[in-house]
Amino acid sequence: MRHTIAVIVENRSGVLARVASLFGRRSFNIDSLSVGPTDNPDHSRMTISVEGDEVILEQVVKQLSKLINVIRVSELVPQDSVERELALIKVNADKEGRAEVMQLVSVFRAKIIDVSTKSMIIEVTGDSQKIEAMERLLRQFGIKEVARAGKVSMIRGSTVVKVP
Amino acid sequence: MAKMTGGQAVIECLKREGVDVVFGLPGGVLLPLYDVIYHSGLKHILVRHEQGAAHMADGYARATGKVGVCIATSGPGATNLVTGIANAYMDSVPMVAITGQVNTWLIGKDAFQEADITGITMPITKHNYLVRSAKDIPRVFREAFYIARSGRPGPVLIDLPRDVTVDELDFDYPEVDLIGYRPSIKAHQMQIRKAAKALMEAERPVIYAGGGIRYADASRELTELAIKLNAPVTTSLMGLGCFPEDHLLSLGMVGMHGTKYANYAVQESDLLLAVGARFSDRVTGKISHFAPSAKVIHIDVDPAEIGKNVRVDIPVVGDAKNALVELLKEISPKPWSPWSEKIVEWKKDHPLKYLTDAEVIKPQYVIEKLCELAPDAIITTEVGQNQMWAAQFFIHKDPKKFISSGGLGTMGYGLPAAIGAKMGRPECQVIGIAGDGSFLMNSQELATAVVNDIPVKIAIMNNGCLGMVRQWQELFFGKRYSATILGRTSPDFVKLAEAYGAMGLRATRPSEVVPVIKEALKSNLPTVMDFIINPLEMVSPMVPAGAVLSEILELEGCEALNSGMTRNPLVNEAEQGGEIAEPEGCA
Repeated sequence: MRHTIAVIVENRSGVLARVASLFGRRSFNIDSLSVGPTDNPDHSRMTISVEGDEVILEQVVKQLSKLINVIRVSELVPQDSVERELALIKVNADKEGRAEVMQLVSVFRAKIIDVSTKSMIIEVTGDSQKIEAMERLLRQFGIKEVARAGKVSMIRGSTVVKVP
Repeated sequence: MAKMTGGQAVIECLKREGVDVVFGLPGGVLLPLYDVIYHSGLKHILVRHEQGAAHMADGYARATGKVGVCIATSGPGATNLVTGIANAYMDSVPMVAITGQVNTWLIGKDAFQEADITGITMPITKHNYLVRSAKDIPRVFREAFYIARSGRPGPVLIDLPRDVTVDELDFDYPEVDLIGYRPSIKAHQMQIRKAAKALMEAERPVIYAGGGIRYADASRELTELAIKLNAPVTTSLMGLGCFPEDHLLSLGMVGMHGTKYANYAVQESDLLLAVGARFSDRVTGKISHFAPSAKVIHIDVDPAEIGKNVRVDIPVVGDAKNALVELLKEISPKPWSPWSEKIVEWKKDHPLKYLTDAEVIKPQYVIEKLCELAPDAIITTEVGQNQMWAAQFFIHKDPKKFISSGGLGTMGYGLPAAIGAKMGRPECQVIGIAGDGSFLMNSQELATAVVNDIPVKIAIMNNGCLGMVRQWQELFFGKRYSATILGRTSPDFVKLAEAYGAMGLRATRPSEVVPVIKEALKSNLPTVMDFIINPLEMVSPMVPAGAVLSEILELEGCEALNSGMTRNPLVNEAEQGGEIAEPEGCA
């Protein structure tokens, strides 16, 4: 099973290495990881996707909590949270294909952020399935390059991942 | 606020943390710090290898309960500490390791004697720091000591670039404010009540205690609880001594080389109360069949230990002492029961035993005599057979007096740990029980003991081989003794001791054992006792790796087969053609 956890950490050098090293040492599998600053400049937020059963999830949460620079670890249950990923896809788009690509982009509510005579860069956001679907459909035109960011996630409603 | 250099600030921090001794070895980048140490009045024990410094700090910490401190220079000095730090981490020993680092502007340039020691030690420290500015020194040291000793203790490493120890700062010792570190000490009352109820209802309870009792200083509470409940107590290797082993309710050690009765009791229990223990594979045997009918209560200060290896019914997160005090309030005395009776019967029927021999020294006999002649000594061990015999045949009564590398199983630990323990508790007799293999891994520290006048006593169980591995080869690898035979004559441990200025004594026959021990105990010098023991002696009983605890084997059959082999091997070696124990010969 895939779980999503939000990890609030101190925003200082070496913290990402500590988290990554912990996953390596304990043989936990990271599917995706993203890090960025929060509204508090002293804190960063990581969103980590991890594969495993309940026992593994519990260990991941407890072991992460033991790291001194980790302030808060919280599981985000899929049905109670929203999650987004972002991908940049460079796809072949010459005269013949261009119109069709643009149509797909509009259906997916994606964006064209760069155009050249032979290709376009498309920015698409959404959950993993949407991004994978977009990628699948663009494949017929010839994908030249894909860059995907890790998932970010947040609890629905007014509940937040509290920081003590 | 006083103005001072980074190096002076380091020493000021150590003084404020109550450090009375540090173990270390200087080097290029540490020159400014050592220059401060020169005038500081701080006791510094100069070791002969940095691994020794780490183990000394570890032994000191275990014997005293205080934070042990070791110092090493950058690069190889720092990497030499690694085994000692990993050892402390596995056994939750409070330690602060200080390493030198190249100047901040050289970090990352592969400078002379540069090693990324914070990167290297990330998975084997509770936390570590690379100090980038002198002004951070007071905060970092205060946090490091707090982290090392609080919650579940562990090693913290501080990496100090050279320029940071030279730069000036305004010294101010700030309060610790760590938003991400708030160890839970106080157990949840509802969980305590649940645990008490389960204990009162249980018919076949067993208490399983570990190293957490030592660190929480909770032996008294544990003993009181066991007696009040009439519940037997078994311990892990790390917990030896936290319940007096001469008590009727003591089951001794559980697990691979535990007592038969401890293993039987755990397997048949209907309730297991684990306190400050972590269900290691050496304790549980085949985990799916471990204590099959027991409800499990697990008290631990580290929430991550609960549910890590076994399913737990009643988790209690908290300091062992606090939890046991609360638990004692919630329970009432329970009578002597058929279960208590059964325990006593098991103990009578399946005692630890060995075949005595009038000609060849048995290691178990040596341990028994050490226990008889120095019952209050602090015992340190090396790793392997010597360690298991020391665990089994010494009667442990105080958890701070059995000091052994449990989790990591570090050969070479015992001698430096003994030196550290003796520095912390100079009033105690300190005896290191060793094997001839392990002892050589840090024997250079004999020089440290002699030069600093630290009279530790080392008892080598000399069997001429890497005994525990040899035992497994005998049992599970068709007696193919691949790379386990060391030979008996190199080195001559008596001469080795004398070369260092220590005292060397040897016993080759059982009748010489007691006189040798007596002489060693009387000596004011560091002393090495070389006991030439039966090379084929095995540690018994034994649960083979991955077997169920109740499938515990008595290995005396093999022993009977082997007895008479290689009598007095040191003396006869030449006549026997130099090779020790042509091992197939015993089959």
